[in-house]
Order: sequence, then C-alpha cells, then structure tokens
Amino acid sequence: MDNLTESFVELIRRAATDLPSDVEAALRDARDREVSGSGAEGALNTILENVAIARQNGTPICQDTGVPIFYLNVPRAAQEGCISTQDLRGQIEAAVVKATEQAYLRPNAVDPVTGRNSGNNLGKGFPSFHFQEWDEDYLRAELLLKGGGSENVSTQVKLPHAPLDAGRDLDGVRKVVLDAVYQAQGKGCAPGVLGVAIGSDRGGGYVHAKEQLFRPLDDTNPEPELMKLEERLLRECNELGIGPMGFGGKTTVFGVKVGAYHRLPASYFVSIAYMCWACRRAAMTVHGEEVTFK
Amino acid sequence: MSVKELTVPISEDAVRSLHVGDTVRLSGVIVTGRDAAHKYMIETFVHPSKSARQDPPAIPDGEREVYRELKRRLRGSVIYHCGPVVRQREEGRWEFVAAGPTTSIREEVYEPDIIEHFGLRGVVGKGGMGPDTLRACRDHGAAYFHAVGGAASLIADAVQEVITVYKKDAFGVPEAFWVIRVEDFPLVVTMDTHGESIHDQVEMASQAALDRLVGS
Repeated sequence: MDNLTESFVELIRRAATDLPSDVEAALRDARDREVSGSGAEGALNTILENVAIARQNGTPICQDTGVPIFYLNVPRAAQEGCISTQDLRGQIEAAVVKATEQAYLRPNAVDPVTGRNSGNNLGKGFPSFHFQEWDEDYLRAELLLKGGGSENVSTQVKLPHAPLDAGRDLDGVRKVVLDAVYQAQGKGCAPGVLGVAIGSDRGGGYVHAKEQLFRPLDDTNPEPELMKLEERLLRECNELGIGPMGFGGKTTVFGVKVGAYHRLPASYFVSIAYMCWACRRAAMTVHGEEVTFK
Repeated sequence: MSVKELTVPISEDAVRSLHVGDTVRLSGVIVTGRDAAHKYMIETFVHPSKSARQDPPAIPDGEREVYRELKRRLRGSVIYHCGPVVRQREEGRWEFVAAGPTTSIREEVYEPDIIEHFGLRGVVGKGGMGPDTLRACRDHGAAYFHAVGGAASLIADAVQEVITVYKKDAFGVPEAFWVIRVEDFPLVVTMDTHGESIHDQVEMASQAALDRLVGS
C-alpha cells in the first residue's frame, strides 16, 4: 500500500467542504415541510445555500471543523494488503497538518494546561483514532468532523434516572434521549442527528454513539426492538417543536441511530452523541493501489 | 410572512415594527465584537462616561479616536458576535473567509449598557440572550437577530468589504472590531422590542411537550 497522505487530505477536504448526499436531501425535505416564510424555513434555506457555496468555493461548511474523528478498518496483519496502524497514524497526522495549512481545517487543538493552540490540529489524543482489524483485504477509513457546539450538548445518563422516572429498559432510554434533546434546545445547531449507544462502559459508550452517526439516514436497524425505538424517537423528538436553530418548527432531529452494547450488571449507560446539521462524515476505501471516496 | 429588508442606519420605527419570527436581510456597515471587545467598551468608555459626569468623558487619550469611530459606526447599526477567519491579500486588503456567529449569552452582562450607550439598533449572534438584554431592546429600540450557526461560507460571502479594523493588535484577529459592509445578511428576529423572545417561547412549549411524552 502506498503512502496515503494525499488521499487522507482529500478525505478531509471532502468531509469539511461538502455534506453527504443523504444529509443534504434530508435538510431539503425538512425545509419543504416548514411553514412558508417562517424563521425555520429561512434557517434551512440559509443552511442549504451555505452548503452550495462551500462546495463551490471549496471552503469549510462551518468554521468549527471540530475534532477530526477517524474510524479505520484495516486488513488483518500478515494478510495481503495489510498495513501497520502505526504507519497509518503517521500518514493521517501528516494529512491533518496539510489540511490545516490549506484552510480545510481550523486549528482546534488547545492544550488545557497552558491554553496554547498547537496550530496544526495535532496534540495528545488529537485527532481521535479508532483502529480495528477486519477480515476484508482492503482498508476502509471513515472520518467525522464534529464541532464544539454539538459536542457540548452531547451527554451520558446512567439508568435508572429518577427525575424522569426512567428505568433500566428501552422506555427509560427513550425518556432520557428526549430529555437530552430538550436540554440542547437549538444550541447544538439543530436540526441534528442522534447517535445513541445503550450499554457499554462510559468510555465505550461515547465511541459507539459516534459510530452510529456513520450509518446512512435510511439505514434501518436490524434489531426490531431498536428499529421501533429509532422510529419512535425520531417522531417524538420532532414533537418537541424546537426546530431549526431553536426557532420552533417541525424538524428538530432528522436521524436517530441506536446501537446496543453489552453492559456490566451494575451499569446501564445511555450515551447520546448529538451531531449538528453539518453532519460531516466521509469515507474512503483502499484496494491495493485503488482509492475510492464515498 | 415575507423577507424584510433592513439597511443601516436602521431607524427606531423600522426596528420597532419587527416581531419575533421575522426573516430579515440586513445590508450596510456593521461591526464585529465579542468577549474582549465588550469588556473593553464597558470598562474604557461606558463606565468612565457614567462616573465622570463630564463631557467629553474621562477616556484615555490613546482611546479617544477609537471611541469616536465606534460611536459613529455603531449608532443605528448592529454589533455582530463573531470571531472571523480572515485572509490578507497581497495589496494589504483584508477579506473574510469564514464568519459564522458565536454564542451570544456570554455578553449578557455587558450588552444592555452597550445598546444604550452606543445607540445600537440590534445585536447579531446565535443562541439568544437573557432578560436584561430583552429589556434593553424594549427600552432603547433594538432587536436580537439570530444568524444561522454553521453558515460560515455563506455569511463570509455576504461580507462585501472589510472597511477597517480596530484593536486588532491588542485583541487578536477573532476578538478585534472588524468594520464590514454586508449585503443581504440572512437573519431571523428572535428577540424584539415588544418583550418577546422566541428562545423563551420555544423552551416553554418544548417543556410542555416533553412532560407529555415522558408522562411526568
């Protein structure tokens, strides 16, 4: 496998300056559903115009390009096409530095002790990497750019949760997710997409919740119980009426994706990753010499 | 409802005719200012003017020109809560690359006095502001205009010209006062001169819906 630095720069460029087609289509549908002349419709029109301009000018959709979060599936070691994850990390870091120089990414890595911004988006735990070997003979890399506004309203709740009378079951999950969306109001740059992880430990909960955000919006959950929960949550979140930017309106979230992960007997966490309307995800696969972007 | 065109200088009648939910396109010369700018305006201009009870107020010599300029620029205009990404062209002119709004509520302690002192007709930002700013909007004829969070490329495109910048060396690029001419800056009125705030209304309505959905 060749050095993939330039391919990763391209992956970052695509994520920062364009939206996945399903997300853009969902925003267009949301705009069409809002009352003509309302603030909600106006906000969605502005969002759609902004996406078109960013795509045309090759400039970031949002100035907050967030923490770049990379999920990588790599061929098994000793298999044809395998690549060292250490080498891959080095190439991605080089790509992040380049993409920052080319203004696709805002320098966002701040040392919490000194307050200094590293200036190139590299730092301890920055960007964020999740490697996993798989049985395929090719590499699949996915990238999510998630800004601070949406990260700040993401949350994790331990069930049972007495204030909402939320127990350790899927109805309890439903209640705390609705409450999280209520608490967020428009502050996470609504309308958003929710990635929800039920179970796991605290650390794994957020990692899995963000993994859920990679699912296409029309992907139906293979677990019937979770599929029903996703549909119900999508409907009920929108009944809250918070609307685009919190202006009030019909679309508060345009996707809810839920995964269930084994938990400890003593713990029942619900981790909710709130993603802003600028759901900037991009993927690429590398088969030998051939690089494909999705 | 149709889109309302607003041009700086904004008259008191024009701002008092606005209601929450109105969609507005703003054109004219406006000024950016966020955390450092608000603190500076209050400490350097507003407080000395109040305590000294003299005209001209006790403002340090080095700051008088900035004061004169800001007073001239801000009267009848708006302050935009924004820390832009800028680029300087070879001939020295500045341009805005990305210029989405930042969260406004941090300026709540300063904004009412700034609205009054500088004769602002509005504040542009995101997330809304609190009861003191809402009261100042009513008392002095100003509105809170919500820009669309994340619409950084579009808003940068609406900036036709960077006219000048004040306090850039002291505060840094994101915190400086950028004087810009915008055309058709898309905004929604979320706090008006009639004491209405969409942020309060939506929070209350969504609380009622939540109570119904979780059965509490």
